[in-house]
Amino acid sequence: MTDSATTVGGRPSGGGRRLSWSWLGALPFFVYVGLFLLLPTLVVVFGAFVDPSGRPTTANLSALGEDFVVTSFKNSVLLSAESGIIGALLGAVVAYAIATGRPEGGLRRTFVAASGMLAQSGGVTLAFAFISTIGAEGFITVLLRGTGLDVSPTLLFGLSGLTIVYAYFQIPLMVLVFLPALDGIRPQWREATESLGGTSWHYWRHVAVPILTPPFLGALLLLFANAFSAYATAAALISQGSIIAPLQIRVALTSETIAGQENVGKAIALGMILVVGVVMALYTLLERRSARWLKK
Amino acid sequence: MSQTTPYPAASAGSLAVLSGDVAARSPRGLRAARNRRLQLFRVVVLLLASAFFLVPFLAMVEFSTRGTGVDAPRTLDAWRRIVTYPNLISAIVTSLELSVLTSVASLALMVPTMIWVRLRLPRINRLVEFVCLLPLTIPAIVLVVGLVPVYAWVNYLSPGPLKGSSLVLTFAYIVLVLPYVYRSLDAGLRAIDVQTLAEAARSLGAGWPTVMFRVVGPNMSAAILNSAVLCVALVMGEFTVASLLNYVNLQYELNNLGQADAGVSVAVAVAFQLFVVALLVGLSFIGRRRGSKEA
Repeated sequence: MTDSATTVGGRPSGGGRRLSWSWLGALPFFVYVGLFLLLPTLVVVFGAFVDPSGRPTTANLSALGEDFVVTSFKNSVLLSAESGIIGALLGAVVAYAIATGRPEGGLRRTFVAASGMLAQSGGVTLAFAFISTIGAEGFITVLLRGTGLDVSPTLLFGLSGLTIVYAYFQIPLMVLVFLPALDGIRPQWREATESLGGTSWHYWRHVAVPILTPPFLGALLLLFANAFSAYATAAALISQGSIIAPLQIRVALTSETIAGQENVGKAIALGMILVVGVVMALYTLLERRSARWLKK
Repeated sequence: MSQTTPYPAASAGSLAVLSGDVAARSPRGLRAARNRRLQLFRVVVLLLASAFFLVPFLAMVEFSTRGTGVDAPRTLDAWRRIVTYPNLISAIVTSLELSVLTSVASLALMVPTMIWVRLRLPRINRLVEFVCLLPLTIPAIVLVVGLVPVYAWVNYLSPGPLKGSSLVLTFAYIVLVLPYVYRSLDAGLRAIDVQTLAEAARSLGAGWPTVMFRVVGPNMSAAILNSAVLCVALVMGEFTVASLLNYVNLQYELNNLGQADAGVSVAVAVAFQLFVVALLVGLSFIGRRRGSKEA
């Protein structure tokens, strides 16, 4: 790598001056991400420990212990876990249905492309889509009216409603993440099981499931972090109130009622960074473990 | 399972027989039956999934064509009313401008950087990758909290006509699209032999700008197009940063309008979704044509 880099330079590899010129080429990138990615992150991390006039304090962190904040975090974890588990289970089933089709088929290509789009579909449009479906005057709500299966008009504004809406982008994300793991399963393993006299049940119980468990758990963690970070859909659905942590940040950012509490938002944001950070670290560990078996 | 196999012992999973005639215990009929069940399972699952993902979209179409009143006929009134909201139109224009600015600026930043890092600074390749993928881990809502003071400065420093203009969102959007731009450019760079191309060009006397923009760049045009299209799709759909920093864009206006005129806002949401689908279908079309040409 380094060898060819020095040849490309067209000059024999020289001393420090050459090196500093090379670094200059990457400078715009680092200045940019420094200003608009790393600086904001540091603002959150350090801002959580200072008061509005810049003096160090732990008052913001103690706000994390207040009931309404604790409840919003609890709800966020619950929502992320529920939508994660539902998304992972259903997504794995859909991924299996796709993986068992023709590898170059149009069906597979369509489903994968659609999953790529739907996994990113969270936002105002998704909120509108579900209001039009199971909102107070939604299509399904109207359809089921008077059949005894009535959709509650407040369904969409609670945790269970959010879980259904989140499944809409969690399932496709699972398909995208889990499909490579399913593709890594070799048909020879099934044949080997059969030639040893094993049944389908033996194959799943002793071969497929043990191999697929680490990637499944990894994908589950990714889905958890995905739902935990999501803001736009919930914000568009629930214009008032703050049942989950991201919406709590909205309250902290937009309300000007509580003077001296400007940095509470940063404390909640820091809390979110910590949760997502831990989950993603676990995800990386699991990824490494599953890569051992499922290398292409 | 045991009904289809003439060898119940095998289906019961008896490991008693591990001799050479095992193949005979897994007759073709068994496999065919399993195949039929698998095909049935696939059809059911994929149909159910399609229904779950299509119904909310169709419900939007249904909602946006409802007439007022109980048994009113279907109408396109809501769609016609779109043009009567000048704020909405200008928000759409703003979002289109933002997506162009973000695509161009992020490519201008990332294409030279990534080529340069590959050729001259391969040691920091992993670092650049880590930084670029960071926005996937840091939630946008968290980034916004830290962007508030940064944007106070952006607003303070920006020249008169740009003060308060939504176009300054470009700075934040470049960060939000970074992982996607990185991934597609990375895939493009992996597909070509950058080292050899650059070496050949250099030995023919080309300077670095020529290497970047006339040699390596054109060889990864598919990846560049790919990342530009992703930028447009992401920026047109962005809500979190705009709404919390209080800059008007399409999604911000759409959300506001949702309370005043649900019909129109749902109609625009349908149009937006169709726009995204068209973008991605177009992209896959281009990708396939290129693929077949190379093959």
